[in-house]
Amino acid sequence: MDLKDSILELIRRASTDLSEDVVKSLSEAYENEDEGTPARGVFKTILENVKMAKEQSTPICQDTGSLLFYIDFPEGESEKKYSEAIEGAAIEATKKQYLRPNAVDPVTSKNSGNNIGVNAPYIHFHQWDKDEVRIRVMLKGGGSENVGTQYKLPFPPLKAGRDLAGVRKVVIDAVVNAQGLGCAPGTLGIGIGGDRITSYALSKVQFFRKIGERSADPEIAKLEKDLNETLNKLQIGPMGFGGKTTVLDVFISSQARHPATFFVAISYMCWAFRRKTMVLKNGEVIYD
Amino acid sequence: MIKLQIPISEEDIRSLKVGDEVLLSGTIVTARDEAHKLMVDEKPEFIREYLKESVIYHCGPVVKQNESGEWSFVSAGPTTSAREEPYQSTVVCEYNVRGVIGKGGMGAKTLEGLKKCGAVYFHAIGGAGTLIANSVKKVKKVFKLEEFGSPEAFWVIEVEDFPVVVTMDSHEGSLHKEVLEKSKKIMEELL
Repeated sequence: MDLKDSILELIRRASTDLSEDVVKSLSEAYENEDEGTPARGVFKTILENVKMAKEQSTPICQDTGSLLFYIDFPEGESEKKYSEAIEGAAIEATKKQYLRPNAVDPVTSKNSGNNIGVNAPYIHFHQWDKDEVRIRVMLKGGGSENVGTQYKLPFPPLKAGRDLAGVRKVVIDAVVNAQGLGCAPGTLGIGIGGDRITSYALSKVQFFRKIGERSADPEIAKLEKDLNETLNKLQIGPMGFGGKTTVLDVFISSQARHPATFFVAISYMCWAFRRKTMVLKNGEVIYD
Repeated sequence: MIKLQIPISEEDIRSLKVGDEVLLSGTIVTARDEAHKLMVDEKPEFIREYLKESVIYHCGPVVKQNESGEWSFVSAGPTTSAREEPYQSTVVCEYNVRGVIGKGGMGAKTLEGLKKCGAVYFHAIGGAGTLIANSVKKVKKVFKLEEFGSPEAFWVIEVEDFPVVVTMDSHEGSLHKEVLEKSKKIMEELL
């Protein structure tokens, strides 16, 4: 399979076939909600839809998101080779209805019709020491992106200081503000520290972790578990209908901050948590 | 489960309450940001006959055109309705719309419009794109496809047993308001 076709298949999988860890988490949420509640009904519909999408090979959600690629490649490889293959695959995926055309020029409001635009798809390149190439894609929906947010600590309205207790407060605030609007139950990616840009970048890349995967830092892992439990007490529930599951998981990571700044970026991933990975090694393609 | 056939009378719509589960059948129209702006700014006539006593669907579908030029819906869940808050009540009253399908709920201005003009807000399951597309039986017409692009166009579609839940009714009832107030109260205890 050539590079373009293998990326096309990666996009197809991301759009139509929800990863096992997410399906498992949604199934558990369904079992956990009480019989006869709207929340349980929502999970039933969600699980039916996920099954149908896989069988029909059609998008789980019509908002197939912004295409965000993360590529790790060995020394000496050309970035251009990958960006051209990704463009070709995105055009083809749009023609095959794996993707909705989602690249709009903000000046003219014109939709390009093929998911190609300035910085669309967006590709994060990273050179690494392995002799293999890893291509990861995330389909990031617009509704969930709109409820993402960034705080700078201290945040006086909540008396949130410059420590993990302060981080906890603003995360709760963000989820209450989001209600069901980001297609709850969401999964949170949180970046602590860095600058305006890198805090968001760190928050987004957390979405490649598997549901249930805790941070290696014990303090952060503790906060992840605490927030997971705390946020599910809010009773916002799936779609904001009320219920026991408001988030599926919380992923946090930290990085160095400037002495004067303390940013907390919160990215919200909808329940249709779509990301897939492929590895190219010795001419072989392996999908996750 | 309540089955409703479109067009819907004002009496029938006013009998619905928050929490009612409904299966909608008949002709509805998709409209989102560009379409709502147009309906408020220019009040176009071309869409009037399709909206009368019908339902607006906040949706930007994935669509497919076959060789003979016919369109079909491939994936078509609801989009976030909050963006139409500035426009919705005006559109509902201007075009005699009986319902709005979307996700996430809407605000006070819309709730007031629903009461005044006799309409409800139906919540569909966000992200259930394939499942909902399967209840779209036919694409009857499309307006503004070239100008707005496929997600933003007005798609006139025939649906059968489209599953929704009433989360805002014509008597000032709003599940979204309730859940928001409750979660804010719980938040105070958790902080």
